[in-house]
Amino acid sequence: MRYIVLLTAARPDSPPPPELMEAIMKLGGEAGASGTLVDQGGLEPSAAGARVTVAGSELTVTDGPFAEAKEVVSYAIYDVKDKAEVVEWATRFMKVHRDLWPGWEGESQIFKVMGPGGA
Amino acid sequence: MVAADPSVVRRTVEAVWRIEAGRIVAVVARLTGDVALAEEIAQDALVAALERWPRDGVPDDPGPWLLATARHKAVDQIRRRTAYAAKLALVARETAEAADGGFDEAVEERIGDDLLRLIFTACHPALAAESRVALTLRLLGGLTTAEIARAFLISEPTAAARITRAKKALAGVEFALPPPPELGDRVASVLATVYLIFNEGYASSSGPSWARPELCDEALRLGRLLQGLLPREPEVHGLAALMELQASRLPARVSPAGEPVLLPDQDRRLWDRLLIRRGLAALDRAEELGGGVYTIQAAIAACHVRGTESDWPRIAALYEVLHHLQPSPVVALNRAVAVGMAGDPARGLALADELAGEKALRGYPQLPAVRGDLLARLGRLAEARAAFAEAAALTRNEAERAIFARRAGGLSTGGVPPPAG
Repeated sequence: MRYIVLLTAARPDSPPPPELMEAIMKLGGEAGASGTLVDQGGLEPSAAGARVTVAGSELTVTDGPFAEAKEVVSYAIYDVKDKAEVVEWATRFMKVHRDLWPGWEGESQIFKVMGPGGA
Repeated sequence: MVAADPSVVRRTVEAVWRIEAGRIVAVVARLTGDVALAEEIAQDALVAALERWPRDGVPDDPGPWLLATARHKAVDQIRRRTAYAAKLALVARETAEAADGGFDEAVEERIGDDLLRLIFTACHPALAAESRVALTLRLLGGLTTAEIARAFLISEPTAAARITRAKKALAGVEFALPPPPELGDRVASVLATVYLIFNEGYASSSGPSWARPELCDEALRLGRLLQGLLPREPEVHGLAALMELQASRLPARVSPAGEPVLLPDQDRRLWDRLLIRRGLAALDRAEELGGGVYTIQAAIAACHVRGTESDWPRIAALYEVLHHLQPSPVVALNRAVAVGMAGDPARGLALADELAGEKALRGYPQLPAVRGDLLARLGRLAEARAAFAEAAALTRNEAERAIFARRAGGLSTGGVPPPAG
């Protein structure tokens, strides 16, 4: 089963502590080595992107930045046996944020990718 | 720690187990020198988690909790075996390290080494293939007996007996890395085991379904694990490439009605591009490192995914090379298919007919199936139908039998080529 995990967080005032970056790299290495993390990437702030919206039969293109409280910070794609496994990995990532960056708040959203036969 | 819904906790335990099982067994095997004992101790730790976490809540660090629990049980076991004075000294040193936090770091540094020992032990050539598969899935995949039973379409008692037999057979096997002169053969044994698991999932030899994707997924994960542990072995990347590329076709291999779809009929838009990308990257790595038999097979698989149509002349040429390196009857048969597809069915048929007397292919349904297809392309329809009827009678896979029976029953034109996607 494949899942995509999107991490959203408020834009920080300061850069993340180096210990956190180190811990994230290490955890990412473990997830990759286990064979379950199959793709991942950091996302630039919304200033680098854009939105294409359809509403009321109108199509609009808007360049970033967007005045949202939260940004999507990163994505990760996991190839696992069930939801509990990807939840465990996401939980580990969130724990290192909680433990190594006091005051940080954020959310990992976990989506199941559609596959043949729902697998 | 807060108590939570027991079924959620149970699923969490199982998920953590799948992530941690290999490392836990490996670390305990290093401590005790006994993989079978390590597996039992690890299982005891799992049982402890299943008992305590629903009551006490999931610990903040579930992985280290399991490892610490297993380690304590291992130390207990060792203390009970008074003959192991040397082991006691080892454990005393390690528990002293633990006292000042050094143990965890030491474990971290050694974990790759311990996992490698575990893999080489589980896949030791002295063990029967069946045992190697059972041990690999159990020890490295963290699969339960029930999951192994389902994977191989056997009953749970049969699966349990297979695992027990395999563990007994480990009695004479040392928990060690192979010495350099043996490394090649031992790596080959590991790769063969993983590929066996993959193939059972990809082209199920028996039972109702054409494929069991969950087994392919296990094999893919094991292949990636091996890439991390043995990064300089070309065929480790070669096998990973082959599996990622073949698995990329799985979504197109079975129709919505559950029928098999052969390679040239597959909707290529359904091929998994993420797996293709990973497979091509692994293939590059394998070729950089010097390649080998799995690498060539991966190169052949890559020919199907690059471009809009399979490059059959290139595939035929690669099969010639493969046949030089590994002149097995199955490779020779695949070469016959490729030659036929590249535009020379008469020569393809001649090559297939050379294999008529091959003992290894006796009872192998693909041989008459390949002949049937080549005969059909040559317009020899009655002979083609007879060949497909023979193939239908030989296969033990229901879905495959249905394909062959259909072609035996109603051949109007040459049409659909055979390579099972």
